[in-house]
Amino acid sequence: MIPVLLIVVPILTGFITFFIREERSAKAFALLSSVATLAIALMGVLMQNSKQLSFDAAWLQMLGSRFTLSLDGMGKMLTLLTAISFPIIFASTYNNKYKNPNAFYGLMLLSQAGLLGVFCSFDLLLFYFFWELALIPAYFLCSKWGGEKRIPVTFKFFIYTFAGSLLMLVGILYVNFRTPEHSFAISSLRNLNLGVKEENFIFWLFFIAFAIKMPIFPFHTWQPDTYEQAPTAVTMVLSGVMVKMGVFAVIRWLLPMFPDASYRMADIVMILAVIGMIYASLIAIQQDDMKRLVAYSSIAHIGLMGASMFTNNAGGIQGVIFQMFAHGINVLGLWIVVDVIEQQLGTRKFSQLGGLAQKAPTLAILFVVMALANVALPLTNSFIGEFLMFNSVFGHNPWLGAAACISIILAAVYTLWMVQKIFYGEVREAESRELKVPVNTQLMLVILAVMVIAFGVYPQPMINLTSDTVSKLIAQIK
Amino acid sequence: MNTIILSAIFGVVMMFTGIFVENKSAYRHIAAIALLLLLGFNIAESGHYNIFKIDTGYFLHFEKFGLLFNSVCIFSTLIYVLLSGRDIEKVGKNVAESFALIFFVLCGVGISTSYTNLLMLFLGIEIISIPLYILTGSEKRNLKGNEASLKYFLMGSFSTGIMLMGIAMLYGSGGSFLVEKLSVARLSYLEALGMLLIFFALSFKVSVAPFHFWTPDVYDGAPTVFTSFMATVVKVAGFAAFIRLFESRYGSMGGQTEHLIALAIILTLAFGNLTAVFQQSVKRMLAYSSIAQAGFMMFALFAVNDTAKEGLLLYAAAYSLATIGIFAVLAKMDDMTFEGFNGLAKSQPLIAALVAIFLLSLAGIPLTAGFFAKYYMLSAIVKTGSYLGLVIIGVLFAAISAYYYFKVIQAMYFKEGEEIAFAPVTLTFKYLLLGVAVVIVVLGIYPNALLSLLYF
Repeated sequence: MIPVLLIVVPILTGFITFFIREERSAKAFALLSSVATLAIALMGVLMQNSKQLSFDAAWLQMLGSRFTLSLDGMGKMLTLLTAISFPIIFASTYNNKYKNPNAFYGLMLLSQAGLLGVFCSFDLLLFYFFWELALIPAYFLCSKWGGEKRIPVTFKFFIYTFAGSLLMLVGILYVNFRTPEHSFAISSLRNLNLGVKEENFIFWLFFIAFAIKMPIFPFHTWQPDTYEQAPTAVTMVLSGVMVKMGVFAVIRWLLPMFPDASYRMADIVMILAVIGMIYASLIAIQQDDMKRLVAYSSIAHIGLMGASMFTNNAGGIQGVIFQMFAHGINVLGLWIVVDVIEQQLGTRKFSQLGGLAQKAPTLAILFVVMALANVALPLTNSFIGEFLMFNSVFGHNPWLGAAACISIILAAVYTLWMVQKIFYGEVREAESRELKVPVNTQLMLVILAVMVIAFGVYPQPMINLTSDTVSKLIAQIK
Repeated sequence: MNTIILSAIFGVVMMFTGIFVENKSAYRHIAAIALLLLLGFNIAESGHYNIFKIDTGYFLHFEKFGLLFNSVCIFSTLIYVLLSGRDIEKVGKNVAESFALIFFVLCGVGISTSYTNLLMLFLGIEIISIPLYILTGSEKRNLKGNEASLKYFLMGSFSTGIMLMGIAMLYGSGGSFLVEKLSVARLSYLEALGMLLIFFALSFKVSVAPFHFWTPDVYDGAPTVFTSFMATVVKVAGFAAFIRLFESRYGSMGGQTEHLIALAIILTLAFGNLTAVFQQSVKRMLAYSSIAQAGFMMFALFAVNDTAKEGLLLYAAAYSLATIGIFAVLAKMDDMTFEGFNGLAKSQPLIAALVAIFLLSLAGIPLTAGFFAKYYMLSAIVKTGSYLGLVIIGVLFAAISAYYYFKVIQAMYFKEGEEIAFAPVTLTFKYLLLGVAVVIVVLGIYPNALLSLLYF
């Protein structure tokens, strides 16, 4: 029942929110709903092998699709990430004003439902449904409440991902046709028996869809513009949770369905991913806009996950899964700081910012924690994940590993530069305005910082949570 | 048989009401009631309840698929009359006759979905076409309408001639008009040529490229209400006729026609989608998009298996309902360009939301009927086990189609416009439109609601 509740609660409350005209009530209701979802997700995480964790019902029998939801270790972790992110996003941006707040919060909750559905589905067609359900509200959110160039930019994002999903749909149809009982269930898709050529071909149909979502070089061009133009609350959803859909989908569907093709294609994918890492890091260094910098840094981090997923190495995959959670938390923290600065000072440009540490020392400390996590310093949560991932890439191919390691240095360069430019140095004129960090935002940042350090010092619970997914996957691939 | 005879009778009745009933708005109520009766009797026929006991022998054969297709067409027409009835009244002087012609078209639809004899195919297609020539030109003072009507008539008659020629060739070589008798192991040249000519003529009727050139002009020139009818009910009925012909011919023609149809599909998709992208007027965009959608329906002809037939049925329902809905709203607007839709969400929130649902369905977004319609079509081809490339081309064009459908959504929701000139609508209109949207969403979550009727 837990996965059903996880999806039904945000859908229902999302639709209700559309009819709450008053701004304060709409906000409060959305926050309440997301807290309720968090409580359900936590219950799911704490439950062990219980019947409550899966649900199965007849849906489209003529097509062979069933309404199958279940939570395994990785599912638990990502639903937890989604469920944590939304209350934090709502709470930290509580003071922001939106036109038509009812529609804004309603769409946010609907998109949450889509995300949670993606992480719970064990039926490929159902997965596709939720995959699209997460996209459509995001499209409306970005186009309606985004920045100046929002309409063309979001449209590019939409067409890109929609084209990707349609290619995946062709792949879905094909694998469905090739299972003996014409089923979409993950258990029968694991036993596909495809020829070399067709497996390679179908692999790419799926992989392009996932690569666009992640995004992996060269499918990343929609991402910086979209992150920049989207309202920051939506950017948090996009980069904190939605990009994880792509990574997640590779581990949940792509690797088990096409283990051989994944092995054959590993080198190509890893080279693309590593090129993307270095390329994005180099561009990040040159940015003058905080949002764009974080966006490119996000591409670099996801690139590492993309490379490590295909190493066929238990440690590497464990690292990817762990890092999905860690990256979600870190990037959320960075966006919150960006949002505070933008809301209060009206600019995101480094050239107009400086010396904020004098005005807001607490914010500076919290931001530094997040920045260090972004660099993956030991004792922050990203260290464990990145270490495992670099290790696996190195084991696969030392040259690629070495190239990927350059991005660690570059990450330190742009992240620390960002800290330096914004918080230290001389106070700029544009900065003469006051910077008051609201209590709710500060509180959320503290929670995130605590999580960063807690999971950095003691990551074992998360690793234990997801080890079942990893061992099952590795057993199947080998 | 119920549908064919009753719709003809109702058509005549409508003509006489034009003489005896003075009140203009009574016509659409009478028409709606007649359509409801027609729908009832058509459904009754699938339960083997026939009012007319006629031996149709070698001419017609009524089976589940054809009858269900009739139901979809009659239901769409009913919705169409209910939504756009007021707009039909505004066109021309002889309103009752417009309704009468619509019933005659339905009579032709009934024949086209159930024929077993090439003569009946010819009759069905002609009974559908001739009323349309009149409807296109029903605005006597409208020059564009007259031009469209004449053009449509000339080219339509030409294609009819070609079809007749094809039928004659098939008869000449096989000595029979029966569709199933044609299944010989190998086609003679005469038969192949005959088949080809029939294929061309039917392609013309459903506006498949390269026989589509009349479509944009006619759809744009005709009064908007009748464009809606032509682009939906009439077009899907043409496909029903098409697939009946191919169902029986397929085995014998095998690989010979596959390439031809594949080429027609690619041309249709490319032309329809790429031209629709550049349109300024929503009405013209819908005309081109109807060509693009025809390309998707052609997938059914390519695959011709059970999935394809189910898919065509679903496609007919999804496409007709969504398009009728959009046209009904379009008819209320003065400015039919994309800019005309700017800010519609603000002045008419409910209508804008419903139009958005219709557009999402046309684009094939999940949770709408349009998704499963496309899904079945693609699935039908994948099940043939080859031609995966065609499927990929299909989905890429589907992604392009999202571009122009979403342009309308963008205009409605994200752009600010001046006061929109929007004709006042009744509450019934809104509820009806809402009902159509609900049907689309229900079919999008549970398509078996319609398809299970095939195996009932």
